[in-house]
Amino acid sequence: MTGSLIQVDHLTMRFGGLVAIDDVSFAAEPKQITAIIGPNGAGKTTVFNCITGFYRPTVGRLSMRHDGHEYLLERMRGYQIAARARVARTFQNIRLFPGMSVLENLLVAQHNRLMRASGYTLLGVLGLSGYRTAEARAVDKARGWLDRIGLMAHADRQAGELPYGSQRRLEIARAMCTDPRLLCLDEPAAGLNPRESGELNELLLSIRDRDGIGVLLIEHDMSVVMAISDHIVVLDYGRKIADGTPAAVRADPAVIRAYLGEADEGEGAGHG
Amino acid sequence: MEYFLQQLINAVTLGAIYGLIAIGYTMVYGIIGMINFAHGDIFMVGSFIALIGFILCVMLGIGWAPLAILLVLLLAMVFTAVYGWAVERLAYRPLRGSFRLAPLISAIGVSIVLQNFVQLAQGARPKPNKEVVHGAMRLYEANGFAVNLSYIQVIIVVVTVALMAGFTLLINRTALGRQQRACEQDMKMAALLGVDVNRTISLTFVMGAALAAVAGMMFLMYYGVTDFFVGFLAGIKAFTAAVLGGIGSLPGAMLGGLLIGLIEVFWAGYFSSEYKDVAAFSVLVMVLIFRPTGLLGKPEIEKV
Amino acid sequence: MALAAARTAPAASTFDWLAAVKDAAITALLAAALGLFMVGFRTADRGAAGLQFDYQFTDLLIACVAIFLGRLALTAASKGMAWLTLLIGAALLAAAQGLKLPSDFLTVVISLAGLALLLHAAWALLRGSSAGAAAIADVSGRVNAATVRLFPWLGAGMLAFAVALPFMPFADQQVMDLGILILTYVMLGWGLNIVVGLAGLLDLGYVAFYAVGAYTYALLSTQNGWSFWAALPAAGVLAAMFGVLLGFPVLRLRGDYLAIVTLGFGEIVRIVLLNWVDFTQGPAGIGSIPTATILDHPFVESPPEGKVAFHQWLGLEFSANHRLIVLYFIILVLALITNGVTIRLRRLPIGRAWEALREDETACQALGINPTNTKLTAFAIGAMFAGFAGSFFAAKQRFISPESFVFIESAIILSIVVLGGMGSQLGVVLAAVLLIGLPEWFRDLGQYRMLAFGLAMVLIMIFKPRGLVAHRDPTIRLHPPSGRGSPS
Repeated sequence: MTGSLIQVDHLTMRFGGLVAIDDVSFAAEPKQITAIIGPNGAGKTTVFNCITGFYRPTVGRLSMRHDGHEYLLERMRGYQIAARARVARTFQNIRLFPGMSVLENLLVAQHNRLMRASGYTLLGVLGLSGYRTAEARAVDKARGWLDRIGLMAHADRQAGELPYGSQRRLEIARAMCTDPRLLCLDEPAAGLNPRESGELNELLLSIRDRDGIGVLLIEHDMSVVMAISDHIVVLDYGRKIADGTPAAVRADPAVIRAYLGEADEGEGAGHG
Repeated sequence: MEYFLQQLINAVTLGAIYGLIAIGYTMVYGIIGMINFAHGDIFMVGSFIALIGFILCVMLGIGWAPLAILLVLLLAMVFTAVYGWAVERLAYRPLRGSFRLAPLISAIGVSIVLQNFVQLAQGARPKPNKEVVHGAMRLYEANGFAVNLSYIQVIIVVVTVALMAGFTLLINRTALGRQQRACEQDMKMAALLGVDVNRTISLTFVMGAALAAVAGMMFLMYYGVTDFFVGFLAGIKAFTAAVLGGIGSLPGAMLGGLLIGLIEVFWAGYFSSEYKDVAAFSVLVMVLIFRPTGLLGKPEIEKV
Repeated sequence: MALAAARTAPAASTFDWLAAVKDAAITALLAAALGLFMVGFRTADRGAAGLQFDYQFTDLLIACVAIFLGRLALTAASKGMAWLTLLIGAALLAAAQGLKLPSDFLTVVISLAGLALLLHAAWALLRGSSAGAAAIADVSGRVNAATVRLFPWLGAGMLAFAVALPFMPFADQQVMDLGILILTYVMLGWGLNIVVGLAGLLDLGYVAFYAVGAYTYALLSTQNGWSFWAALPAAGVLAAMFGVLLGFPVLRLRGDYLAIVTLGFGEIVRIVLLNWVDFTQGPAGIGSIPTATILDHPFVESPPEGKVAFHQWLGLEFSANHRLIVLYFIILVLALITNGVTIRLRRLPIGRAWEALREDETACQALGINPTNTKLTAFAIGAMFAGFAGSFFAAKQRFISPESFVFIESAIILSIVVLGGMGSQLGVVLAAVLLIGLPEWFRDLGQYRMLAFGLAMVLIMIFKPRGLVAHRDPTIRLHPPSGRGSPS
């Protein structure tokens, strides 16, 4: 598995006595969409928070590889994971900068590159031209994404004023503006109507195919998961119970049990 | 050794006063997550009401100290509690759901208002109070140095311990305490389950203010003087105590108060009294940097 | 509260007199409970007799009646009985002005309350009539659009006024002093605006950096003979270093903890200044600090040997006002530099990162922004401007002592930023004029100034939490703004 984009080994996360994730290992490949699914409370978001540095795992190795470098995420500070290991993420409950404009949101995402171009502010205050070209490039990049998510006309509006579905897309575009190698999406389809959900599928596929970015996806909406995932990891009560292609996972008896309950209990939550 | 013992006694007395104020900070923080910056000034108001109460007692000829203390205690608690209630109702409740720093800024405003109101109404000069309880027990004498435990110190510690015990019972055993803890956990859910959140929060402020009034009265009896500005420093130190003990934790507030009392008194006693406030502030900074959950606080897990 | 209620329920069908009177009575009773001891029994020191009471029950009674009426009037306004509000407001105003009330305080407060009720009622009546409502909607819409468009012009107008002020015929010493005072607070407000308004870090110890700047210049000039211009950068750098020193350990804290720690830091600085007598001369303060000069030309009628006095240099008649005018322009330029740098920074990545941090720190982290460094720069730059302002203050006053750097100064600067509208440069100017200029003009109010400050902070948080100028322009636009001409 040396070619994996991210390799998660024996990840365990405990909060006090509660074991949220118990010895989970999986890998995500470059240019693929890997979905993490599982019932509520299975520990999906906790896995994300470990990968993106919001939690420090109790045990485990999170190895991210790109451009010939290896980054051990469990040892890095949260912002370094985004800045250097190039892992970007979105949040379950959207976290835009609501008072700033749509365009500004996308420029903030390019902060580190622009900071360098502005000579860490010193040269920028003096108004040197090097920064201006860098900013123009950043605006171009933002423009490209605004076009892809269909928000070009709303570039100067406050992000918080956008309708819900647009905010979701903007958050993805903002994450993409950080130039990630791995994009982690926490329930991107939540609260979207079927049309928006379809657009989201296309966006994610284009991120995989056109930008060549690996996507790690937590999602409850099985129509999204089954339609676009190349690979699915199933968690239940903090453990991995299945790992494979959508077809294989769908047929896995352990998965069916986790979602529908034991056969003799006869009740179940109707996901997908 | 004798000096040390004497300082220890003084420190515990001071710590009891800080602890009583700290409870108000800790309860309010626990339930609505705001630093009630005006709480120190509520304490100051309490000390003024106690002062006026004592003068009234003298005028009415109530000479027997225990009766006077009891009457003034009740008076100060009740009328200071009204301040606590009114401040929450007027300055904080309308801000629930406003932006993050709004309640704190409002609280700073309330603090300024209370200080200047009292200054206008009562004058800026320090107000001396006639000694209510005289005398002391001589515990121990050696090397020409006597270790004294004054009766007022006994009263302060006894009243504090009694109030603490009663208070812990109130929080742990009664429906009100249960509702408070429910609101701490999840205000929306508590409301859905039929807890009157507004009433619970109001009562929290009322209780905090009543305890601050007791502290204010003790302060007045111990130092024999109060002024409109005493709440600022006492408030910050009590807040430090609450943070040191672990904000949100009642025993922590008491423990923190005790520790701040010890630090302050010993610093003043052995190093320099000019810098005793610096010592308290430095402790605050250190605790927040190295152990923001305090000694007895629960770690907060940030939800992302 | 009642005002908020008035907004949500403009007109109810019936007016329940009993309930309204009961409600007003309860409010008045509450006020009586609050005031019974504090106001009713005023303690006064009678020498040997100790503390005695001056009874002020008349004051208390009048206040409670006024509160009863005021509350009734507000309820009436919220229930569509604006004429009653009008009546009560007029009655209160007339009573306060016509009767001889026992204290000035009551006269001022009751007059203001009456006036506020009158305005409130007039507004409610106007809005109540359909024609009036339409007119208001129309006007307020147009005014809103117009003010946003006018902001740049307003700024330019104020700047022009500020430049012209010293040459106005009425610009005597008092006016210049006030102008300097206001500009100092404008500069402090702009500096703190970087920290609080842009980066969203509540700093309650800002005055500490002001003190660092002031003492830097005071000590360097009196002990080492540095000139103002040589010490100015040093003061800024030193204050910024203090900012970094404090900020580095504490900026990881949550917002309200940060506020208290900065407050503690401010107090530590003050206590050190007070007690380190060898270095700072303690409570006695530092005197005979040289003023700021232009090219070393002293402001004296007959200069010492080998020096050219300022008026000789410019070929003017000597005037004691020259020094103030020069100081006025120095602080004006310093303030404008603060403003210019801030505006510039806002359009740079660091400024956008500050605002992003204010909006959502977690999201910033997920975008690879180092929160500590970003906050630290805001803290340091804000502190630097306070340092500049501090050394100006020392040069202007020529005497400083720890008493000038108490917490309440931090609170005043903070309320300027908050009232102005966090992040708004124009708002800071308006608020500084309002909060510093007005009380100086109405000397009578002086005694109640701090009370008004505190009250203003609470009321702003309740009724206008985003401040006077809530408008925020994006720092960069993709599409040109529609239909507005702005002199950038």
